[in-house]
Amino acid sequence: MSSDLLITGATLIDPHGALQGQAQNQADIAIRHGVIAHGDHHDLPVLNAKGLMLAPGLIDIGSFSIDLKAMTAGGITAAALMPDQSPPLDNAALVQHAATAGKPAVWIHPIAAASTGLAGQDLAELGLMKEAGAIAVATGRQWIADSGLMLRIMRYAAALDLPVILHAEDAALVGGAVATAGPVATWLGLSGAPAMAESLAIARDLMLAEESGAHIHFRQVTTARGFDLIRAAKQRGLRVTCGITPAHLLLSESAIGAFLTFTRLSPPLRSEADRLAAIEAVRDGTIDLICSGHDPHGPEAKRLPFAEAQPGMAGAATLLALSLNLVRDGVVTLPRLMQLLSSTPAKLFGLAGGSLHAGAPGDLVLFDPDAPWQIDGDILPGKAGNTPFDGLPVQGKVRHVVKGGRIVHS
Amino acid sequence: MTSTQTPPSAPSGGALSGRALFPHKHLLGIGGMTPWQIQFLLDEAEQWVDLNRSASKHDDRLMGLTQINAFFENSTRTLLSFEIAGKRLGADVVNMQVAQSSTKKGETLIDTAVTLNAMRADLIVIRHQHSGAVQLIADKVDCPVLNAGDGRHEHPTQALLDALTIRRRKGRIDGLRVAICGDVLHSRVARSNILCLTAMGAEVRLVGPPTLLPEGMEQLGIQSFTQFDKGISGAHVVMMLRLQTERMEGGFIPSLKEYHALYGLNRERLALAEADALVMHPGPMNRGVEITSDIADDPERSAITEQVEMGVAVRMACLDVLTRGRRGVEGWA
Repeated sequence: MSSDLLITGATLIDPHGALQGQAQNQADIAIRHGVIAHGDHHDLPVLNAKGLMLAPGLIDIGSFSIDLKAMTAGGITAAALMPDQSPPLDNAALVQHAATAGKPAVWIHPIAAASTGLAGQDLAELGLMKEAGAIAVATGRQWIADSGLMLRIMRYAAALDLPVILHAEDAALVGGAVATAGPVATWLGLSGAPAMAESLAIARDLMLAEESGAHIHFRQVTTARGFDLIRAAKQRGLRVTCGITPAHLLLSESAIGAFLTFTRLSPPLRSEADRLAAIEAVRDGTIDLICSGHDPHGPEAKRLPFAEAQPGMAGAATLLALSLNLVRDGVVTLPRLMQLLSSTPAKLFGLAGGSLHAGAPGDLVLFDPDAPWQIDGDILPGKAGNTPFDGLPVQGKVRHVVKGGRIVHS
Repeated sequence: MTSTQTPPSAPSGGALSGRALFPHKHLLGIGGMTPWQIQFLLDEAEQWVDLNRSASKHDDRLMGLTQINAFFENSTRTLLSFEIAGKRLGADVVNMQVAQSSTKKGETLIDTAVTLNAMRADLIVIRHQHSGAVQLIADKVDCPVLNAGDGRHEHPTQALLDALTIRRRKGRIDGLRVAICGDVLHSRVARSNILCLTAMGAEVRLVGPPTLLPEGMEQLGIQSFTQFDKGISGAHVVMMLRLQTERMEGGFIPSLKEYHALYGLNRERLALAEADALVMHPGPMNRGVEITSDIADDPERSAITEQVEMGVAVRMACLDVLTRGRRGVEGWA
């Protein structure tokens, strides 16, 4: 397979709007030896992309699974892999192995477990894991209750210049809860934790970040009070960033319906007021990036009573289509959406990509923003179809994914 | 009877009949039922109260049908009540008590549902410790499913038997003030009763320690009281709930002694309710904790044994109505 390609006829979506002074224009894009190039390229194999939009490949921060089919179907060309693997990514050998697992279709960037076995007790070998290719440190699916350990993790990571990715839910307040406390959880008879379990955790971690100087990134922030804290911390100049998945932007707790386990997420779906606050936080830039939270689970983990089902959703294959709703609803422009999905994650975690400029990797997604389709969990590309959006009609279909100049999905 | 309890007219202009009176395949909860559907089941139950008090106590309309009582959570009285109800109607009743262990998990549940279905049950009665589990099974089987309690979600036949008890004792439900007291948070009985009684026009209040009152009730116009005396003052019905210590992990109440002191129903407190206030309890009671024995055993005030009696009648009504389609009863196909 060649790593040279000339893509003609597409409308370019440049996240930085710097290409010839405008964010969207029609031009050819050439990739030579896997890298975007200038000059004359009429010798290259041609991909005619007339009528399609072209943007840098999506960079997904915090996937739980190396699921290449789902990722390429969603336009993802690089993904940061959560340490919650079996076994957890808590040593250099495992990190090194994970780093090569997706090539050549998707580049997997492993995230190091902050504590040994993700148990929240002992500092893991962060330095050795960084040398082996870890791009960040994470507490995994859990919040670390021990503030002393958390401060040491942040100090150590700061010295290594590794961002610390956090899960923001106070563990004791959450307990065995499976939903957000409120009328929906009450009527369904599901144990609910107050939404402030999130802001309480964020408040502590912001103070630890201030003390340690670490760059902290909350993988998902989902509540109005959480956004307020992050907004204020950013204004104070703290190195804090955050992400969100389409689920918390488009669904509220009422989506649980009659105990639909595909809507069991971590953190759980929130109130409609919190959902609207999340939309505002995207609009005003409090939210830095949108991620898939990809966590595929088959029926054996989901066809259970709600409280026994595993939390998590398959999100990679639908990431672009669902995020395009934000453009149609006028929340963000298309170039801004590509910042949220590609260039900002690249910048924050020091990854190549997220750009259409000469010299950038030839990692591209070509999509038809208007093509209608219906999300169907039964045929969703990837390991499992546990999407809370099952049955939803969406617009925007990925037509081609190019990784390093090679077409890896069509 | 208020207008909300009157069924809409049939398209022909006449009264509804047959399946249109109760169009549900399963009985999974009070939620989703209209006031007139609740009314219909209560009316149906009356004939079984009479039969149960007669000498013969038998009807054979469910003859040849197999009723499986699948109980995934321990139960004595509800299981017995469903068994008696089925047998009095002539069904072949099979009880399946699945001992619970922490390793007993969900795929077993779906497998169990498929197994029961393959055995061609005509009616499955399920109790399960997880909210939503009965729905999960109902989605997988062909026959009607009756919820005998799922987690802290719903226990519809308990609410129906409570409503029937109140209606018979008080002559009405509409306009009554009902105080539901105690461990509301963990109680499926409370949830089903709130839905049922408010649908029937009663004013429901919740009374209990702040740690055992669920969130979000006020959004439905249900008032909550943390002071017992305030909460039951002026109540026509005082419904006590069992303190579900088995569902509590870590400090919901300081001690049983303190709970009894602050939230136990005794003679003095009952005097704050209406003079002829009815005392109810779904059982089994923690005597000396949520209720003193002298009140529980006072036939003038307590309807507790009557609740048990109404339970059999209501369950017979539900078994009858849910199987009418299978039995080819005219208008119920």
